[in-house]
Amino acid sequence: MTTSADLGPSPGPQVVPARSLPRPQPTVRRLAGHLRIPLMLSPSVLLVVVLFGGGMLVGIGQSFGYFPTIGLEEWTFEHYANVLSDPAFLRSLWVTFRIAFIVTALSSVIAVGLALILRETFAGSRITKFIFQIPLPVPHLVAASGFVLLITQSGIIARVAAGFGLIDRPSDFPILVFDQAGVAITLTFLWKEVPFIGVVVLAVLQSIGPHYEEIARTLGATAWQRFVHVLLPLIMPGVISTSIIVFAFTFANYEIPLLLGVRSPTTLPVLAFYRYQDPDLGLRPEAMAISVILAIVSVALLFVYRRLARYAVQ
Amino acid sequence: MTHIGVVAIVLSVGLPLLALVIWSFAFRWTFPDLLPSEWGGSAWTYTFGPNSRVVEGLWNSLVIGLVVTALAIAVGLPAGRALGLSDFRGKTLVEWLLLMPIIVPPIVATMGIHITFIRLGLAGTYLGVSLVHLIPTIPYFVLIMASVFSNYGVELEETARTLGANRRQVFLRVMLPAIMPGIVVASMFTFLISWSQYVTTLLIGSGRIITLPLVLFPVISGGNQANAAAISLVFVAPAIIVLILSSRKLSQDSAIMGGFGRL
Repeated sequence: MTTSADLGPSPGPQVVPARSLPRPQPTVRRLAGHLRIPLMLSPSVLLVVVLFGGGMLVGIGQSFGYFPTIGLEEWTFEHYANVLSDPAFLRSLWVTFRIAFIVTALSSVIAVGLALILRETFAGSRITKFIFQIPLPVPHLVAASGFVLLITQSGIIARVAAGFGLIDRPSDFPILVFDQAGVAITLTFLWKEVPFIGVVVLAVLQSIGPHYEEIARTLGATAWQRFVHVLLPLIMPGVISTSIIVFAFTFANYEIPLLLGVRSPTTLPVLAFYRYQDPDLGLRPEAMAISVILAIVSVALLFVYRRLARYAVQ
Repeated sequence: MTHIGVVAIVLSVGLPLLALVIWSFAFRWTFPDLLPSEWGGSAWTYTFGPNSRVVEGLWNSLVIGLVVTALAIAVGLPAGRALGLSDFRGKTLVEWLLLMPIIVPPIVATMGIHITFIRLGLAGTYLGVSLVHLIPTIPYFVLIMASVFSNYGVELEETARTLGANRRQVFLRVMLPAIMPGIVVASMFTFLISWSQYVTTLLIGSGRIITLPLVLFPVISGGNQANAAAISLVFVAPAIIVLILSSRKLSQDSAIMGGFGRL
């Protein structure tokens, strides 16, 4: 933050030394000193533990068949077995993976490419950089809404195509929304995630400066060699960390595939929600089992990310 | 190369937003016309009229967003200070606990907490929805404030105290001014996360608490494109305000702006 820079160099980790000052009632002071940190942390930690942890426990319990509200009190793996042998689940798992993987791969490559362009100074580079960041605070639903207007069969792009004489009527235009391939879903996510990865890469590139590349150039490295051997290792940790966040987010997102995708095969979060909202409460444990599997995959991804990030930094 | 990149950025960012603006003022726009043949404000009349529930959703989103932000500041400021300035046993554990709601998809916890909230009478109430919005917001608020505090010159507080300042004066005159930009960023971020919540509100709101994304969703899938465009533009308003406020300060600091990508 700008203000902290004005305050001079930052100190090392250090507690405000309340105990070192001469104060009355030293015992009370010392006790307060010991309790300070727990007291400061406990409201946040308690809320997260109770709301998130509590919710997780109840949800995991239901996935194992412990659901006293509807009279189920016996623990069982049955619902996991049902889910894992259900072709609809396996299709959804594949669809979810495919969309998340395509979004992550494409947005990483596009973001790095655009960051390489945006780090240069050219006429209009400041305003371009600003435009590049516009999608960041925009809600996903708004992006989805915009893409629907753009790429439906009677959308603006179809009209431009008609203007060039490429198509005659809306039905000639390919189906890109509510489609099996998930084009609208992918575009909406790309619109949001490219700048997310891009600004991080851009920040790293700007902090590196041109120095290393100039050395490589004087040593005779080509542009491609400079990119692969000099820049890429430096920006890789940023790309990996942001892209895994993108993968986990895309993997778990509910509203975009629900809004822009086909009903079947749909993604795992949507499948879990259909089961959850089924009037048959007996399907809830299966909904929970699907969500828990979703959560396990996400956490597994975090560990993969930590590994990869450490490996990339070395 | 640069030119192609710039054109690609401007077009791909601009076209979906431009489509929303044009459609929101379209009255008659048949295929294959490139622009509406008749313009009008009927979508906007519908949006702010009694049938759309936009005003109700706007009000609910605003109230819940502000309550969530206030709660996040109240519990997140001390936690951010503790994490940013101190080393203590269990610090890594606390950081991991706070990271869990960011990493683990919210769907399990939300579905799990639903039944408990129904039993406690919290489902379908403002309090219930605000509480469930705290799950994704508190971690971000605390972690942003922790990074702000780790750059904060805490020795100034000591100096102020030796000069005779009391606790309140230290808080108001030393700490608050120094971390204010950080609080503003973290608060905008918290508000926007709450503002964008769909599935948590859908579930815990029990159909009684209607926020703006809940109003917008069926209109987009319902197919009235002009209405969908107008309501989308109402929904994007706080993001525009954030962009305007941040255009000067934050574009210098891309990393902080990047945080807004997690909405």
